[in-house]
Amino acid sequence: MSEENIITGYCTIRHNQVIVNGNITYFQENFINFADFIKSAFKKEEISYSKFFKMDALSKLGFLSTEFLLREKGLSGYSEERTGVVLCNSSSSLDTDMGYFETIRNRNEYYPSPSVFVYTLPNIMIGEICIRNRIKGENSFFVQEHFDTEFLSRYVNELFENNRIDACITGWAELLKDRYESLVLLVERADLAEKSENFRSFGKFGKNTLDNLYKNLTQ
Amino acid sequence: MEELINKLKKEVIEQLNLEDITVDDIDADSPLFGEGLGLDSIDALELIVLLEKNYGLKIEDPKDGKKIFHSIRTMAEYITEHQKA
Repeated sequence: MSEENIITGYCTIRHNQVIVNGNITYFQENFINFADFIKSAFKKEEISYSKFFKMDALSKLGFLSTEFLLREKGLSGYSEERTGVVLCNSSSSLDTDMGYFETIRNRNEYYPSPSVFVYTLPNIMIGEICIRNRIKGENSFFVQEHFDTEFLSRYVNELFENNRIDACITGWAELLKDRYESLVLLVERADLAEKSENFRSFGKFGKNTLDNLYKNLTQ
Repeated sequence: MEELINKLKKEVIEQLNLEDITVDDIDADSPLFGEGLGLDSIDALELIVLLEKNYGLKIEDPKDGKKIFHSIRTMAEYITEHQKA
């Protein structure tokens, strides 16, 4: 029985493109802004989830990355309590923070928007993913200067080692205005993942694999 | 009144980002919360902001909210009544 944790799927979104497990799944040839791109990708997937349109841009990025990631395999077989979500980025929720500031900066037009305010924390993105996928296990969000693959792999692997989780959605979801990139992975305990019918492995979950996947994303 | 109702429908769709809903989809008498449009508590707060921003109306007593925001028609009635005052 293997005790290692493996990557069983990954999704990257960047430059008007969605890549799932190494294959281009959606691509917009003409440049469009993030809002239009993510909406077109969402509609193409024919996902019935009207709350998507109420999310802020960062949550849309994380949410849709996860939707694409899980559409083939899903999380079936794992208990809600033993599935985790651990994500990180460098701009936190700054994109939405600035949007909220716009609603309060003018004293004569002072109308703080409650629906914008609720997204002025980056971990709300995790909340949206958890609600959608009924995940109740460990969830954490880290703000880092750059994608710290060593920290993330160590943190998530420790959750597995401490027997807190059996599966985890993890990675990087960064967004500021129209600059966006995500690398969201599904990591599973190898001995459990190997039992599933459509088992695929993209390597042991660790710094080197993360570095390689992120390098491919940013090339 | 019908003109205000149509205007309100458009404003609610825009303010609440009801992407897949059109003006024709909203029945002026259907409940906005629960089985109607399925709005949530954050939407309720946005509706309060909408009344203040677009119509200069502040809801002084939160208890009135349930009655005012029952439907698009009750919102329109509240606006008509209070803008005259």
